[in-house]
Order: sequence, then C-alpha cells, then structure tokens
Amino acid sequence: MAFLEIRNVAIKGVAACVPATVEENAAIPNHDAANLQKLIKTTGVERRHIAGNNICTSDLCLQAAEKLIADLGWDKNEIDGLIFATQSPDYILPATSAILQHRLGLSENCLTLDLSIGCSGYVYGMSTLASYMQGGMVKKALLLVGDTISKMCSPTDQSTYPLFGDCGTCTALEYVDGAESIKFHLASDGSGYKAIIVNDGGYRNPFSELSLMPAQVDTGINRNNLQLALDGMDVFSFGISKAPESVNQLLSKFDIDKEKVDYFFFHQANLMMNERIRKKLQLTEDKVPYSLKNFGNTSSATIPLTMVTQAAGNLQNGTNNIIACGFGVGLSWATMYCQTRNLTIPALITYE
Amino acid sequence: MDIEKFVQEFANQFDMVPAEEFTPETHFKENEEWDSMTALSIIAMADDSYNVRLTGDDIRTSVTVQDIFDIVVSKVK
Repeated sequence: MAFLEIRNVAIKGVAACVPATVEENAAIPNHDAANLQKLIKTTGVERRHIAGNNICTSDLCLQAAEKLIADLGWDKNEIDGLIFATQSPDYILPATSAILQHRLGLSENCLTLDLSIGCSGYVYGMSTLASYMQGGMVKKALLLVGDTISKMCSPTDQSTYPLFGDCGTCTALEYVDGAESIKFHLASDGSGYKAIIVNDGGYRNPFSELSLMPAQVDTGINRNNLQLALDGMDVFSFGISKAPESVNQLLSKFDIDKEKVDYFFFHQANLMMNERIRKKLQLTEDKVPYSLKNFGNTSSATIPLTMVTQAAGNLQNGTNNIIACGFGVGLSWATMYCQTRNLTIPALITYE
Repeated sequence: MDIEKFVQEFANQFDMVPAEEFTPETHFKENEEWDSMTALSIIAMADDSYNVRLTGDDIRTSVTVQDIFDIVVSKVK
C-alpha cells in the first residue's frame, strides 16, 4: 500500500485567488426555480466564482504565489522547485509549470513539473514536492494547485454547471531540519475513469466537428463531448466509501489519535457527500470546515481554499494537527496528516 | 440478508410515501418522489447498512426493489 512518511519538510504558508465574477445559483438562467432551490440544498453550493474566457488557472495561481512570496518575505532566487497540479493547463503542450517559473521570475535552476490530477491533486502534489525536498537540497518550493472547471461545464447540464467554481492556490514548502514528518496515504482505481471525464480533445478521441454536437444525455443534462461528463451516482458511492476508508487507514498506519486532530480538510465535493463522510468518521462539525457555500467545488483547489477562507485565524496562530483528504477524478484519492505552525495566510485574493 | 428488512430500509429513503406501500415488486422509479437525490439516498443506505458500493449502472438497470436487493446480496462481502 502506498504510504509515505516525509521528514524535514514544513508548510510555511497558503494563499488562494478566485476570479471576481460571481454567479448565484438561485439565478441560473433557463433552470426551474424550485429545482434550483432543491439543488442548492443538496449540494450546499449557493454561489461560485467564475473565470470566464480570459482568465486561466495559471493566472489565479500566479497571483496567489506573488502575494504569498511577498508576505513570506522570500527571495525568489531561493525558490528551487515549482509543481503545478491541475486538470486545466494553459496548453496541451508545453507544461504550464515552466511558463509559471518564467512569469514568476524564478531562477532557471528551479525544477518544474505539471501533474495532471484533480480533486486529489493537493495531497498528491504535496507528496511529490515534499519528496523532492526531503533530502535538503531543495530548500524552498511552491505547490501551485487549482482549476477552472467551470470552463468545461455545459450551462445546460444541471449535474455539473451549478456545482463547479474556479480557484488557484499557492502553498509554500520549506526544508526545516527536525520538522514533524508529513504522512500520506495515496491510492487510485482506474476502473472508474469514466465517472468524471471529458471524452474528446485528447488523443484517445481527438477533437472533431462531432465533438461540438450537443446531446440530451438525461433530463436536465445537455452537453457535448468537449464538456465535462459526471456520473453523480458513481462518484457519490466512491466518495462516501473511499474517503473515510483512506482517513482511517492513515490514522491506523501511523497510530494518529483522531481526537488530537484539530482540522479535517476534505475535498469539497457537495454537501450531501461531505456530510456523509463526516458522519461516517464521527467527526464534529467544528473540526470539518466547508467552503462549498460561496465557492462550490473548485476541484484540486478545495482543500487550500478551505484552509484560507474557513480556518486562517487558527492556522496563522500556533500549532495545528491537520488531516487533508482529496478524492475524485481518476479515480484517485489521497490523505495526508501534518503539523502546521504559525502559517502565513494572506486574505483571499480576488483576481480583477 | 432479509428482503423484508431491506424493503423497509429502501422505503425509509422516501419522505412522503408510506412505507407499507413498498413491496419487493415495487417499480420504484415510477414513484413521483423518485429523483436523483433519492437515488443517492439508496446508495448511502447500501453503504451504511451493508457496506456495499452501488454504482450508477446498478441503479439505472434496476426496475424493482428486488433488483436492487439482488445486486446488494451479490456484492456483500
């Protein structure tokens, strides 16, 4: 089983940036009002920040990174690593992480890597970057994680459109001799790859004129093959089973006392699923913050966005034991445990 | 597994319909209350009571309560 324990790497700060445009779910055009209210109640999503055509995930992450670097007082020349985890890169190629190294003005000696990963991306990305750093030769590095899934959603698909918002984040990691280890459980199940998929536009099903043909898939679900297809029932079933299991596996493997965990940051899928997961693990509400209401499901960005918007006060002051658990597209899921101390967390940034 | 107990657990996922109206032969999708949220409640019930992961296809291909029962039985570990 894929468990990891990485020593001497600490999280120093987290920043998040959302687009300025807000869409209210109660006012989505061409949807029945009663139906929308029911949807809001089940998903817990009241509004979402939407990127629009001229803002990419990388733009949001860039602003988060600039602000966090400034607040930490880091010298850009000391940043030796940058990982960008997303399902919405700038181009099919080249990788966006190299472009971000240049746009941020980081040194040519900075390693860069894109990870194609969604809802589990924050934890997977953290494990990758921390692995690079644990030897002590890469001392400061940035984990950029985010998505603009709203761009992939059909406005006439009620199973995706009211759910997804956009966000880019930056997490700063530093080599700190003696820092408490970060512990990981990482997993995947490719048999469920169709549960969350954009069918066309890659090389299995290259883009063609047929990709643009809208189809009525089900009641309230009208989309084309370049748009996100989500099997809500499969994903729900997967989430309520694997997320609690993964948390329990991590707790048991590393003998972590659940009562001593201050926060459980779960991927923000939808309220019904998240509440099931919370209750299954018998966690109290105060330990499990949600950012769904004002931001929706922001894919890989949900965990750091929830840290910034729902827990900044406590994370900025003192020591906290936290668990983060991401699960979704792949299917892929991952959980981590770490201790944070006096994190630098700028207020949520709005991209104008 | 007990079919009568299962039918009751199934019926409990419906708010408005009296539980007595459900039998193994009930075509549950013809119920007015049936929608995607009820489907998720059924999936959650199977997870809760039987530790079974129902898929979207399991729900889509089933017609009667008995159909769902048979799938759950086949998946119980």
